[in-house]
Amino acid sequence: MLFIDPHAHMISRTTDDYEAMAAAGVVAVIEPAFWIGQPRTYVGTYIDYLSSIIGFERFRAGQFGIRHYCTVGLNSKEANNAELAEGVMEILPRFALKEGVVAIGEIGYDEQTELEDKYFRLQLELAKEFDLPIMIHTPHRDKKRGTTRSMDVCEEHGIDPSMVIVDHNNEETVREVLDRGYWAAFSIYPSTKMGNERMVDILTEYGAERIMVDSACDWGISEPLGVVKTARLALQRGISREQVELACYRNALTAYGQSGQIKEEHWLNPAAIDQRTTYEGNSILRGGREPIVQDPAVQRKADELIIE
Amino acid sequence: MHATNLQCNLPAEKTTVNAIDLLTDWLQHRLSSIQTEWLDARLQKIMHCDSDRDLHITLGMIPRKLGRDDLQLTDRELAQAEHLSGGWRPVNWSIDTAARIWILCHLAQAEPDRFSNTIADLCRTADLAESIAFYSGLAVYPTSASLDHVVAEGLRSNVKAIFEAIAHNNPYPAMNFSDHRWNHMILKALFIDSSLAPITGLDERANAELAEILCDYAHERWAAGRTVSIELWRCVGPFATDSKMDDLLKVINSGPQRERYAGLLAMSMRQSAAATRILNDHADVYACIKREELTWENVDSFSCTTPS
Repeated sequence: MLFIDPHAHMISRTTDDYEAMAAAGVVAVIEPAFWIGQPRTYVGTYIDYLSSIIGFERFRAGQFGIRHYCTVGLNSKEANNAELAEGVMEILPRFALKEGVVAIGEIGYDEQTELEDKYFRLQLELAKEFDLPIMIHTPHRDKKRGTTRSMDVCEEHGIDPSMVIVDHNNEETVREVLDRGYWAAFSIYPSTKMGNERMVDILTEYGAERIMVDSACDWGISEPLGVVKTARLALQRGISREQVELACYRNALTAYGQSGQIKEEHWLNPAAIDQRTTYEGNSILRGGREPIVQDPAVQRKADELIIE
Repeated sequence: MHATNLQCNLPAEKTTVNAIDLLTDWLQHRLSSIQTEWLDARLQKIMHCDSDRDLHITLGMIPRKLGRDDLQLTDRELAQAEHLSGGWRPVNWSIDTAARIWILCHLAQAEPDRFSNTIADLCRTADLAESIAFYSGLAVYPTSASLDHVVAEGLRSNVKAIFEAIAHNNPYPAMNFSDHRWNHMILKALFIDSSLAPITGLDERANAELAEILCDYAHERWAAGRTVSIELWRCVGPFATDSKMDDLLKVINSGPQRERYAGLLAMSMRQSAAATRILNDHADVYACIKREELTWENVDSFSCTTPS
């Protein structure tokens, strides 16, 4: 089975992670622009960050046979720095049409301040202008009301729910998100967001229509194999292959495919120019080898003494 | 081996004007009338608007509107390129690359003084395909010292395809680089496993210091138990004296067949009695070299049969 991780901050991850993901069948990742762990204080650092995720990180992923896409946007935490936020809004249109940009995101609320609200709305208009899907980061705190409010504001701006992926859902938010016609994404992130056993329960209860699983792996203790491990657990626990494929591959492709920037042919039948330049291809697809989940820890064993 | 004409027959501005004609012709043969009309309309908009916004949007839209197929120039078209600018071989260009460069050539022609700033600004936020295009266009932009910094940044890229957009099939480095920058480009090509053969002016720009640096590099590789690219000796041959001659002899006498061939090819570039003596010791291979059957282009696959 092939997998897409539609929310992975690979810029914070090591080559071991890329190797493990490729070996386990992950063919594509979507890297949302996010908060890098401490605030950026200049628009220049923001520009360089966005340039990295559309450039070098895409190249780096390609070396492991993984296709890399991204979303661009001003995140809710940094929206609270008005000077920075104004600068970022000015340069965002330059990035919205770059190759592989599949959405405006991740945007939304953190503390639900006025400034967060202002820049959330401005970015919704930007997404409309460029006809791009929107990836919404729902807040960690006051999550339920923040999620409802995010959807209310989208509708106020006349945005079609089918263009919006609401991320970091849990048991408390999922029903409303699905009922209102949005895509519901779940981040399998240890301790703070979803666990994969709970995720399997959700798939059992709601099915997989408009649901997608991601890892949201970043600089914290997180799991780049979150999508793969959830898929395996779901299969073990009796969820059908079709449903697992929807949640762990197909729905992400359909939702973000509305940008026109992510297509199955990119990994199944890549363009000649890409094969020459930025994509090393996928040995799993070419060689038909059964994907295996490598234990990255093996490569980090101090007993493995030889380095060539 | 075909000699490369590094002479620039035309003033730089004229090259750009003629390149626009060529690119227009090549694109017209490959695009639908709707596509060329779109491109023409976008150009008019860019040229008659003060803000850069239309430029950014157009560059972003080009692959969406025109596709990313290989340009696949005919032999006649490649000859046109060679005639316009000696050593310019756009063999790996795609349609979107050509269209982006077509736009930039128009900008260069209209606002020559601003052009290097425009390019520098575009490169700062370029995606991978844009970077490849912007640097490939150096072959036909008006030459100016102020492009120097942009080119140097491109050469520093870790993305092989961006480096190769400058280094390969492009007369710009041979015509504009100092020996210092030239030598570092050659060394970097070897470092990142890029090939030397497509570098325009490789033999013409070979120099004694480069030969020295390359032999040091070969010794480092040998000391580490790593292989040495056989292409390296092409830049050493004409300057093979003293210890460098010993290095070549080592390659000729102890390496596998293709290394031996490369060593002898390199030796044949050295005009000296000592070199001729060594070549005569390998009469069968030397005969193939003299008949131009064994060349740097086919050294990887050639097999020299002893003449009857």
